[in-house]
Amino acid sequence: MLSAEHLPALQVVVPLAAAPLIVLLRRPGAAWAIAAAAAAFAFACAVMLAWRVAAEGAISYELGSWAPPWGIEYRVDALSSFVLVLVASIGAVAALYARRSIAAELHVDQHYLFYTMFVLCLAGLLGMTITGDAFNLFVFMEISSLSMYVLIALGSHRRALLAGFQYLILGTIGATCFVIGVGLLYLSTGTLNIADLALRVQEVQDLRPVLAALAFLTVGISLKAALFPLHLWLPNAYTYAPSVVSAFLAATATKVSIYVLVRFYFTVFGEQLVLEALPMSEVLIGLSVLAIVTASLVAVFQEDLKRMFAYSSVAQIGYITLGVGLANTSGLTAAMVHLFNHGITKGAIFLLLGGLALRAGRTGFDCAAGIARSMPLTAFGMVIAGLSLIGVPGTAGFISKWYLVLGAIEQGQWWLAALVVVTSLIAVAYVWRLVEAAYLTEPAAATPQAGEAPLSLLVPAWVLVAACVYFGFETSFNVGGARAAAEMLLGGGP
Amino acid sequence: MTFASHYTYWMTILLMVGGLYIVIARGNLIKKLIGLAIFQTSVYLLYIAPGKLIGGTAPIVSEAFKVYSNPLPHVLILTAIVVGVATLALGLAIAVRISEAYGSVEEDEILSVDRNEVDGA
Repeated sequence: MLSAEHLPALQVVVPLAAAPLIVLLRRPGAAWAIAAAAAAFAFACAVMLAWRVAAEGAISYELGSWAPPWGIEYRVDALSSFVLVLVASIGAVAALYARRSIAAELHVDQHYLFYTMFVLCLAGLLGMTITGDAFNLFVFMEISSLSMYVLIALGSHRRALLAGFQYLILGTIGATCFVIGVGLLYLSTGTLNIADLALRVQEVQDLRPVLAALAFLTVGISLKAALFPLHLWLPNAYTYAPSVVSAFLAATATKVSIYVLVRFYFTVFGEQLVLEALPMSEVLIGLSVLAIVTASLVAVFQEDLKRMFAYSSVAQIGYITLGVGLANTSGLTAAMVHLFNHGITKGAIFLLLGGLALRAGRTGFDCAAGIARSMPLTAFGMVIAGLSLIGVPGTAGFISKWYLVLGAIEQGQWWLAALVVVTSLIAVAYVWRLVEAAYLTEPAAATPQAGEAPLSLLVPAWVLVAACVYFGFETSFNVGGARAAAEMLLGGGP
Repeated sequence: MTFASHYTYWMTILLMVGGLYIVIARGNLIKKLIGLAIFQTSVYLLYIAPGKLIGGTAPIVSEAFKVYSNPLPHVLILTAIVVGVATLALGLAIAVRISEAYGSVEEDEILSVDRNEVDGA
């Protein structure tokens, strides 16, 4: 069948082609319809690809029929199909949610621009995940980043402009470091295809340029992934961006960057070079621990809910990179599961906060006082997602913490296992502040009285809340997919 | 391994470090963007210079030409230049909006406006 064969290309091309179409049509309703249709198509496409990869193994698609390593290859394997499903599903949910939320937060003239940037960003992130070519990855990284800067700067407060600008500076430095790393690899090996790089990098005699490339790639990708201490752009960006953008970014953008990091560490450099020639594992574990502890503590003292959960994101990224640093099957499984679980959990929280922002106009803690009475579904949803963030059994968050502890113990790092458990208690502290405000405080002057958030916001948000619980019990997709990805990465080669 | 034989590498490093320094050290948003552009330009040189062979021609399949320059880095950098231009344009556009909203493009002035706003509220 013709269309099934071209699914990998359609996965990226459809959202990409939707962008100019939206600019041409301009009408807000039509713009939303096209964006939602493109996002829905991308989701269906990602699910079909994941299903095919699970059944038949990795798919290699030659773009324009140029055979790799000369042409650009799109490669869908256990890891990339897993990340594709995450990005595309969050994209579809965010597109549904955007209509009401964007109508409330943006001027009507800006709607079509928002949807254009949204589908471009989606196309960029999907492209980063699916491509098998290092330079093509850079181009998609810039497509997603440039549209992301615009999406952030669209926020209603003028500080959104500054947040967008800061992210533009840091993001561009990150992307440029990435392209320097790719350049050094190209000069050493003469190839840009990731699978081909993996073979040739083993034959390079002079290791110094390769190690320099590794250093540049690590710094560049870490900037994009907001790995502590390169996270400075993240809190402002998440706080001032429009609600739906915060949810979409928190759930996908940093996750795709971590995917790229994992891809380069394990597929290209292979475990031995990365973890033996340079103490990457120790550095990554050290930074992750700092991220978890510092960002969790900072989160406890925030006065704005969006900012609090933004710092919590920095901490959660620490858990993911901790799993990457452990570099055993359980650790990598934990990293991949947490990538997925944290994506849906944080997506749910930011979507629910969007409902609060719609009713109250802001997301300060004072607005949340007593919202359990006026907005019971929003408050209850945030409690469930908060429990998943902590890692309470019965939620998705528990599964990832479980594998993380398992990975730490397998590595003989008992203190890390203890640390994961203890730092979860800091998460209890900040989630409890929200519960206390919502359930145990009398409504204040700032508390919204307009009642529950509209259904068009609640339904997409609750889909993700339900997913937090569902993936806490039915783990065949998230753990199964993550384990297959981890085994493929550690099995050596692509 | 003389200085002259690695001339392009030294220039690349100089531009790279200089550009990054401007981004970090300058508070003016426009100057930051200029630093960023210089930083990106260093990468163009990093890619293109090793692709050139002295006496090499474009890769034409012919008996008359034996030494070819590598065309791929040029193609890659053409893409990177487009990306760089787009980034610079977007950065400048946001700087214009910041200037309209805050009345300044100096980072410290903008931050002090924000701080006063918090104190006032």
